[in-house]
Amino acid sequence: MLKRRRLIFSLLAIAPVIAIFGYVRIFPIGEILRLSLHKWDILSKNKPFIGLANFQELLGDRLFQEALLNTSIIAFGVLLITVPLAMILAALIFYRTRSRFAGFYETTIFIPHVVSLVPAAMAWKWIFDARLGPLNALLSVFGIEPQAWLFDPTLSLISVIILCSWQALGYAVLIYLVGFKNLSKSLYEAAKLDGASGFQSFWHLSIPLLKPITLYVGVATLVSAFNVYAQVYVLASDAQGAPGRQVRVIVLDMLENTFRNYRVGYAASEAVVLLVIVLILTFIQFSLLREKGARK
Amino acid sequence: MTTQIASQLSSGQLRRKRMALNLFIDAILIVFGLLMVLPLILLVANAFKTPAEMLSWPPSIIPENPTLENIEAVLSDTPLMLWIFNSFAFAILSALAISITSAIAGYLLAKFPSPIMSILFAIILATAIVPFEVYMIPLYFQAQSLGILNSLWGLLLGYLVMSFGIFLIRQNVVHSIPDELLEAARIDGAGEIWIFIRVVLPLLRGALGALFVLAFFQAWTAFAWPLIVATTKPSYTIEVGLALFQTGFTVDLGRLSAASAIVLVPSVTLFVLLRRNFVEGVASSGLKE
Repeated sequence: MLKRRRLIFSLLAIAPVIAIFGYVRIFPIGEILRLSLHKWDILSKNKPFIGLANFQELLGDRLFQEALLNTSIIAFGVLLITVPLAMILAALIFYRTRSRFAGFYETTIFIPHVVSLVPAAMAWKWIFDARLGPLNALLSVFGIEPQAWLFDPTLSLISVIILCSWQALGYAVLIYLVGFKNLSKSLYEAAKLDGASGFQSFWHLSIPLLKPITLYVGVATLVSAFNVYAQVYVLASDAQGAPGRQVRVIVLDMLENTFRNYRVGYAASEAVVLLVIVLILTFIQFSLLREKGARK
Repeated sequence: MTTQIASQLSSGQLRRKRMALNLFIDAILIVFGLLMVLPLILLVANAFKTPAEMLSWPPSIIPENPTLENIEAVLSDTPLMLWIFNSFAFAILSALAISITSAIAGYLLAKFPSPIMSILFAIILATAIVPFEVYMIPLYFQAQSLGILNSLWGLLLGYLVMSFGIFLIRQNVVHSIPDELLEAARIDGAGEIWIFIRVVLPLLRGALGALFVLAFFQAWTAFAWPLIVATTKPSYTIEVGLALFQTGFTVDLGRLSAASAIVLVPSVTLFVLLRRNFVEGVASSGLKE
């Protein structure tokens, strides 16, 4: 009797939250899956079911392919810069935990992660600016020709990767720091007694022991980089101010198909591709973690 | 005797070597930390520079002839303060909504086990993987049919709940609130709602504080959703306002820097003040396993 009353109370109390959650999360996720199988151009009332035709069209869509390629290059570029750098920085910061500057290190490396995206991106837009920017001025000191960082297709991708890595680094360092703090000290002391140098224990102890953290940070970095948009919007707008002309990414292509071409169903199929990519990455992370658990 | 001296000598050497290494690492980290914030420092410095000084090499950190012209110009050109207010209201309300929904759902999921709760929890966890960008287009049409585009409520619609927040509070309840405590309160005749407000919430203060700060910065830095939902000048958030402002033809670097500086300085200050809370929230997000 008491148990039933408690059950009823809990269900009544959670109902409003679940209702909101259902309306703003579950319903739109269901809608995106449904719309991806339909043709809908906003203006017309009917949305005919067209099966996988949207996805078939995506396969031959040059703009989408360009977006997918650019997004993947950005995501893996950010991963390759962020993860090793974050691990080394976290190791150094952890080693100097008792330094009076420890708070300074954490704060300065983390600030780029929390400041608003747009002002931060504007700072980098100025740095990369071909005529006015300090980067080209700095390069010219070394006798390197000024580069059109934000207009050359390859260089503008590199610029976006630098900006995104600068922002992602603080988060990765923070998670690694938590990882280092949870490692057992006795292992390192034993290694030291055996005559291992700091570098050796980093290479042979920290890197393998932190593998779950590396997996988590790696997948989190990839997933957020696959959703890159604001950085491209600000950095890579062309001379007329049209955003993302130089670097097309998935989210941009999706929004353009929705709000400029009024092809909502088609845009939904792009969103589904993005979702599948994220699911695959998450699945790889989980299966690698499980593999490790099984070996134990 | 000689061995003693030798060992003393070597331990002194060792200590010196160690100190040198520490100094070296400190130097690397200090330089790296400064480089990380240098773009932002230069941006703020540019806000106070004359056009001529902005072009000089090497860029100066403290302007020689500081001017307020840029800031005055940008404040008269754009409703910057209104945009900041919009962002602030959006971030505060979103953080409040997320804290409340997470506290209620997290507590109920942790302390009222039943098959239905398990299913609900599994659904919440499963949707946590789906990035916002994936489902924001259908959500946009929901906001449209509710008639709340170009308003604070439209912005909020996307940021009312956070799967991770529900998860975070649930884990905290499991680890820090013993069943015995709740039972004791029930035996004393306390009602369930009283228990939640008077017993549970005070114990969750730390976790809710971290979540609030995390949610605040999430909304404060949101971009794609405000960009599509708020499309009239008075409803822009500061991120959208600035992004559209910077694509304008006539905008010069001084004004852009001034506008950015006005946004950056308060949010960096806020972050430095709330750093502990924020770090706690982010750190726990990395420990999902």
